[in-house]
Amino acid sequence: MAFDYEKYIRPGKLPHIWCPGCGHGIVMKGMIRAMDTLGLEKNNTAIVSGIGCASRLPGYIDCCTLHTAHGRAAAFATGVKLAKPEMTVILVGGDGDGTAIGGNHFIHACRRNIDMTYIIMNNYIYGMTGGQFSPTTPHMHKASTTPYGNPDPSFDIAKLAIGAGATFVARGTAFHANQIDKLIVEAIQHKGFSVVEILDDCPTTYGRRNKFKSVIEMMNRLKEVAVPVKAAEKMTPEQLAGKVLTGILYKEDKPEYCSEYQKVIERAGGAAR
Amino acid sequence: MGRIEIDETRCKGCGLCTTACHLKLISLTREINVLGFTPAVTTNRERCTGCALCAQLCPDLAITVFKDK
Repeated sequence: MAFDYEKYIRPGKLPHIWCPGCGHGIVMKGMIRAMDTLGLEKNNTAIVSGIGCASRLPGYIDCCTLHTAHGRAAAFATGVKLAKPEMTVILVGGDGDGTAIGGNHFIHACRRNIDMTYIIMNNYIYGMTGGQFSPTTPHMHKASTTPYGNPDPSFDIAKLAIGAGATFVARGTAFHANQIDKLIVEAIQHKGFSVVEILDDCPTTYGRRNKFKSVIEMMNRLKEVAVPVKAAEKMTPEQLAGKVLTGILYKEDKPEYCSEYQKVIERAGGAAR
Repeated sequence: MGRIEIDETRCKGCGLCTTACHLKLISLTREINVLGFTPAVTTNRERCTGCALCAQLCPDLAITVFKDK
């Protein structure tokens, strides 16, 4: 029997607004499979997002959902988690929402190590607002605001998250659809701030400006650049040039913020939870 | 033996399923669906192995693959 996605989809919401070939739909399916694997209750799961193409995702999923201000998903989600620590909180957003406008919220959520999962769909561009360059647009690639090439070096979201103090960092691609749900399952199970970066494609605003003839070509590019962490150990630095590591990149155990905050409440004479 | 079901009212004709299928059983039609796209259709249905790679890669949740025993 085929997997039934409909039980986690809000009735009557499909077809979704994403463009033909956009990988966000693949990520949403991976997320639904991960939620089903873990048996998450709809009333005990909060999905929080900011603004953007990727942030439209919670609208389609039948859970507790919160669609907030641009870049502020981490701030709102921190409030949800502190008020209801028993809830599973999942954040979704794009690269612009997460690392540019919400960059500060993102690094401080990483630093606090609060028990949440942040799924960043990195499509290298601001898709919804017309294809402006984002912090992850590769060097000298074109966007609507950089028609002659983007002079800025780009962010490596996984390294940024590790540096800021996230305790679980993984990376996948929309092409490797079977891997997405496994990464998200591990990320949700991890106690602490987990970041899952999923490399994605934006055929409408990024692909057509950067000489990708079709969605299929963009997906093939993801297939070519992705190297699993284990395979990369046997490769030389020359072979790894221009490649992107996928899989679980970093994992450690550190004190979690909600339990640390509870200790402060008890020390101040507040009620034990 | 597998059985591919494509929901034509959801398909946006991106063509990802056509590359996912190793046996090339899926192709895009020229007819326009309710969304204004040319949806995917299956040919040579009896050859489907039920690997469900097309369903896994469909961003629009339009493909369901049933595996008959």
